Amino acid sequence: MMADWEVVIGLEIHAQLATRSKIFSGAATAYGAPPNTQASLVDLAYPGVLPVLNAEAVRMAVKFGLAIGATVARRSIFARKNYFYPDLPKGYQISQYEHPVVGRGSLNVVLDDGTTKTIGVTRAHLEEDAGKSLHEGLANASGIDLNRAGTPLLEIVSEPDMRSAKEAVAYMKKIHTLVRYLEICDGNMQEGSFRCDANVSVRPRGQEKFGTRAEIKNLNSFRFVEKAIQHEVARQVELIESGGRVVQETRLYDSDKDETRSMRSKEEANDYRYFPDPDLLPVEIDDGFIATVRATLPELPDEKAARFARDLGLSVYDAGVLSASRELGAYFEAVLADLGAAHAKLAANWVMGELSSALNRDNVEITGSRVSPASLCGLLARIVDATISGKIAKDVFEAMWAEGRGADDIIEKRGLKQITDSGAIEGVIDAVIAANPKQLADYRAGKDKLFGFFVGQVMKATEGKANPAQLNDLLRAKLGGSA
Amino acid sequence: MLHNLSLGELAERLRSRELSSVDLTRHFLGRIERLNPALNALITLTADGALAAAAAADRRLADGERGPLLGIPLIHKDIFCTDGVRTSCGSRMLDNFVAPYDATVVARLKSAGAVMLGKANMDEFAMGSSNETSYYGPVKNPWNTAKVPGGSSGGSAAAMAARLAPFTTGTDTGGSIRQPAALTGVTGVKPTYGRVSRYGMVAFASSLDQAGVFARTAADAATVLKAMAGFDPLDSTSVDEPVPDYPAMLDAPLHGLKIGLLREFFDGLEPRNAALIHDSLKVYTSLGATTVEVSLPHLPLSVPTYYVVAPAECSSNLSRFDGVRFGYRCDHPKDLADLYKRSRGEGFGPEVKRRIMTGTYVLSAGYFDAYYLKAQKVRRLITEDFRAAFQRVDLVVGPTTPTPAFDIGAKIDDPVTMYLNDIYTIGANLAGLPGLSLPCGFVDGLPMGLQLIGPHFSEGRLLNAAHLYQQATDWHTHAPRGYE
Repeated sequence: MMADWEVVIGLEIHAQLATRSKIFSGAATAYGAPPNTQASLVDLAYPGVLPVLNAEAVRMAVKFGLAIGATVARRSIFARKNYFYPDLPKGYQISQYEHPVVGRGSLNVVLDDGTTKTIGVTRAHLEEDAGKSLHEGLANASGIDLNRAGTPLLEIVSEPDMRSAKEAVAYMKKIHTLVRYLEICDGNMQEGSFRCDANVSVRPRGQEKFGTRAEIKNLNSFRFVEKAIQHEVARQVELIESGGRVVQETRLYDSDKDETRSMRSKEEANDYRYFPDPDLLPVEIDDGFIATVRATLPELPDEKAARFARDLGLSVYDAGVLSASRELGAYFEAVLADLGAAHAKLAANWVMGELSSALNRDNVEITGSRVSPASLCGLLARIVDATISGKIAKDVFEAMWAEGRGADDIIEKRGLKQITDSGAIEGVIDAVIAANPKQLADYRAGKDKLFGFFVGQVMKATEGKANPAQLNDLLRAKLGGSA
Repeated sequence: MLHNLSLGELAERLRSRELSSVDLTRHFLGRIERLNPALNALITLTADGALAAAAAADRRLADGERGPLLGIPLIHKDIFCTDGVRTSCGSRMLDNFVAPYDATVVARLKSAGAVMLGKANMDEFAMGSSNETSYYGPVKNPWNTAKVPGGSSGGSAAAMAARLAPFTTGTDTGGSIRQPAALTGVTGVKPTYGRVSRYGMVAFASSLDQAGVFARTAADAATVLKAMAGFDPLDSTSVDEPVPDYPAMLDAPLHGLKIGLLREFFDGLEPRNAALIHDSLKVYTSLGATTVEVSLPHLPLSVPTYYVVAPAECSSNLSRFDGVRFGYRCDHPKDLADLYKRSRGEGFGPEVKRRIMTGTYVLSAGYFDAYYLKAQKVRRLITEDFRAAFQRVDLVVGPTTPTPAFDIGAKIDDPVTMYLNDIYTIGANLAGLPGLSLPCGFVDGLPMGLQLIGPHFSEGRLLNAAHLYQQATDWHTHAPRGYE
């Protein structure tokens, strides 16, 4: 059934900009303060007060524009979006309408099948957030918390370029990575710092004209985006196939029931009466400002991944994982700094393997890792110089994670140093062969698989400390009767 | 008498300690007590605060501090937020609103040592040309209490004409300083848009609103404007231009000054009024100026343009008065919609509602292009007309109003006729230009105003031209009977 329908998705992502103060007032933007303690007279829309634009918000928006190769508008204009709501103190939201600060750009996302797809960004504009209505704990009344009112947002509007819920999530994750790389948004989805609205429609495959879309509001996790879109697609297909018609409307996703439901139809939609805000001058941006902002751009995720693949010989997949966050990339590069680029694959495997598992298991951020890049480097160096085997190294890592001590310390104290003395290994091999005459006979009769049995016995006897390469060579010679 | 002294003379007496600020303040508080009941020019009297501020000014004077406004009383239009004092904006909506901060204009005059006596009546939210839309009742014109004083700064103008303070503040969105100045026989200055901070001024139409001053003379206005003007980081539309020393510019000779006579201002002007303007021009030619006729072809479109732009902005600016955080709130709202509808329905008067509805209409989908956008285009054409005129002349002159003060009640039920009263003043607001009205004679015993309009930031030149006119004439010295 689904094969007959093509899904079309566009996202409007709201990224809260990480400025210290609000976009039009000097009040702080910190999350979690008691209600209305971070609302100035400007945020409360007192008579006579006026907005003053926070230049830092503009700088961050321009940074984003440059990072997606977008045109940065030399002149952009703030407009008023007029509607009444208790959490909107002025009765209008200051936003950008006809003339946004960031114009058309694009970015690449890697899909599950390994292919890369380019998603267009129509525009990104600056606006202020509204406050919050509070209903809990108030009998027959609603409270208003205006701490969030006036918090700067960058609304990033995509082209309708995504064709599945998974593509939409991949795009959203990419934007999430990017804004954190750029240090313009903390990306905290629980606190609402990064959220999106999804415009979803379906059309018969092959049809050029878009179907009627529904907009799903306020999705604040990647999982909800995926589930809400999947649900909405199924609803629309079912509706059309049963003879119905999709109406243009705004819908809300209920994560408890996993369904979307109508909030308001197009007919009920507000006429926002946009017009240029006469309290604010047009934002004029010159080449010098753009050059200054460009100079602050970090290496971007795609650039970093390409460098990891090109210079370090990592696979495209590994390079992508290690560049997905600025902090992870920095950790990886710090490990390599002393270990040497020649061992990039080893370092990549450890960062993506043991380290990531430990971080996930204990729910720790990479920046708070209990094993520092220098410590991990110390451990990997012992693998490289054959002091310990990779297998022993995993035990050492666990001990380092648990005890916070260095690799050498643990190897020394626990006597985990690898046995590389040929005489000592030969002695053990001889004893093992002597104790297993039947297996020896079978091996010599052609049962090659028993080689592994002998390796296991020697390792057991040495508590895993025999150097594997030496053991292999010596054992093969002894079993073959040549020594 | 103290109330007929200039700011310079008052400052000199305060400096020499011949007069204390407390005594001066008591003098004006006494006049207000005696004369205001017949005029209704003040909404709020702050006698205790004034006496305390005057005592503080006297201490500063005793410490040797000097300043042209130190210890001088004033009255603020009730549109300026005043910390701890009710700021009603002439509306029931803000009848209970005590501002928690000072407007920049208020703060600057306060730090200059000026002493606030009270707050002046005004048209509700500055919307009106007769001061009849005030929730606190109409203001009477001191020249004839059956007549309006003009609006919206009618209280400030009437208080000035009645000598209730050495100077008063006002705001001018479409003529709200110049028109009442003309109708009450005082000098009123509307500076260039952006010259004086709008921070703390309750907004009517943000792209047009500008604070200014009422005084008896251009020389006094120059002193006050110097203290009020200047860049304010809290107002993004205020302009970061140095403030000239206006008083020092007053006596510059007018030889070679080129004055443009606005042809459009004389079309259909009543002959007696036109005669006064022509007499004024003779004064200027005798001072060495030359006159030439100029035309602003789009100026006749200024009233309809203004009555699209100003209501559009006001419909949005007044959305914050919703009964939620401050101001009037209806009793026992049933739900949110009821709270909004009744708080606004009961809190706003009819003229304010008319403009909110007009503004909402012209911004609505389907009408925006035909009204709002069209008006913006005409606004640019009017601005361009002025720019072209100022390439030929230094300033333009004409009447401030078509007629002298009209009867209270004569036009209040006919908004279009009322709006046409602003026909000569609106152009300067649309183009952001400075304008000044000064007394130039009488028709039927009522004062008439001569209006000067100059290029952006030409306040110094306008005040200079007005001052030399006042040196050559005595119209500005006439006081209404009973207020001498």
